[in-house]
Amino acid sequence: MDIFEMIANALADRYGLDASEITPETELISIGVDSLDAAELLMALEEKIGVEIEPTKKLATIKDVVATVEAAQNETF
Amino acid sequence: MNRRVVVTGMGAVTPIGIGVRNFWANLKAGVCGIGPITRFDASRVKSSLAGEVKNFDPLNWLEKAEVGKMDRCAQFAVAAASEAMQLSGVAGTVDPNRAAVYLGTGIGGFETNEANCFKLFDKGPRRVSPFFVPMMIANMPAGLLAIRYDFRGAALPAVTACASGTNAIGEAVRAIRHGYADVALTGGTEAPIVEVGVSGFNSMKALSTAEDPNAASLPFDARRAGFVIAEGAGVLVLEEYERAKARGAKIYGEIVGYGSTCDAYHMTAPRPDADGAARAVVEALREADWQAGESVYVNAHGTGTHLNDVAETRALKIAFGEEEARRLAISSTKSATGHMLGAAGAVEAIVCLKALAENVAPPTINLLEPDPECDLDYIPSTKREAKFDLAISNSFGFGGHNASLAFRRVE
Repeated sequence: MDIFEMIANALADRYGLDASEITPETELISIGVDSLDAAELLMALEEKIGVEIEPTKKLATIKDVVATVEAAQNETF
Repeated sequence: MNRRVVVTGMGAVTPIGIGVRNFWANLKAGVCGIGPITRFDASRVKSSLAGEVKNFDPLNWLEKAEVGKMDRCAQFAVAAASEAMQLSGVAGTVDPNRAAVYLGTGIGGFETNEANCFKLFDKGPRRVSPFFVPMMIANMPAGLLAIRYDFRGAALPAVTACASGTNAIGEAVRAIRHGYADVALTGGTEAPIVEVGVSGFNSMKALSTAEDPNAASLPFDARRAGFVIAEGAGVLVLEEYERAKARGAKIYGEIVGYGSTCDAYHMTAPRPDADGAARAVVEALREADWQAGESVYVNAHGTGTHLNDVAETRALKIAFGEEEARRLAISSTKSATGHMLGAAGAVEAIVCLKALAENVAPPTINLLEPDPECDLDYIPSTKREAKFDLAISNSFGFGGHNASLAFRRVE
């Protein structure tokens, strides 16, 4: 499963959303994901992927989250 | 300013029923809400029984996204507040700046606290949830209700252990009485049935270790050996009387007195002379303009610990005088529900209002062997029909907190 799919599924599961409605351009705030929710999401992804994720810029869209996770992976491997 | 304060909405989540109607019917019928602990694997702890809320599905009141961000104690508060708000019809009739929330909890997010400590030990600090702090802190149920109903006046918790619910209501009464708010959501909530909680109370020797649910929570009974831990919530909508009358609200009763004192004596044991508890009752009676000869129902704190029930009996004799104390109709709701800690006083306020409205006092169930040291009329086993002029609810908490509320019908 690629990172985007993993994020979309995690959000759909947590917030009762339809995963197919989430796109890379979706703004986090538009689906009710605030900074605490985003921190929780990254924690869940850390658990799944096994790398430490430290965002270096503000997370506004799903794309930003994907980029943050990918950066963390590249740093590790 | 000394305005009258009335109750226009009530909501309850209890071990003997969700919703005031279910709760009250079961309480009058003598239903026992105590059973084996299912909230966690209780094989390691000494107490095997608790008063758990059965079949509580938070999705009946909350969106899925909200459920995971609220401790069980906050979920109970939302459920009870929803019922109270709906009954009251107050939404949309009050200036948000004149609406307050006073909600008690003895502990706060106990489950959240324990779960995150386990995460810290098992997986390290990076796995402690960003929602750990907001879900755990004891003021959050009050804050969440303020958000939910857009109540922008004071939003305060009362954190006085087992007196929290009663203190919260009393403080809300004062806020409305003295003009700081026109409407208040108030009461208490608790969800303490977690392994660390039961372990702690067990270590204090505060809990019954009985295995028979009908011989565990035994207020005023000679066999009593500690309280039974329980969970739940009670919420009232309070309003200034004239505005409630003007909008045609159904009025469930008036809160006419409040007393709040401290023993200033010991962390957990009540004063043997019961001075602090008696003064709380006296204060409530004075505000209520109690007259000797009135027919009074007392909803006792009545926990089923040896010390509490003796001290409370003494306090009632001091406050009313020996002769009047013998005429009181007294019962302990905790015989049926167990001890909901910070929620207990709020649920028991509802009992007082219903007792006045329906002219019936619910029983102290399973009271079969009266303790000679507790020698007042505790309404054993079956409810009693009688017309009451006044109802009193007592709550006493670790820390030496004593709180007493007085209720009357509004004719």
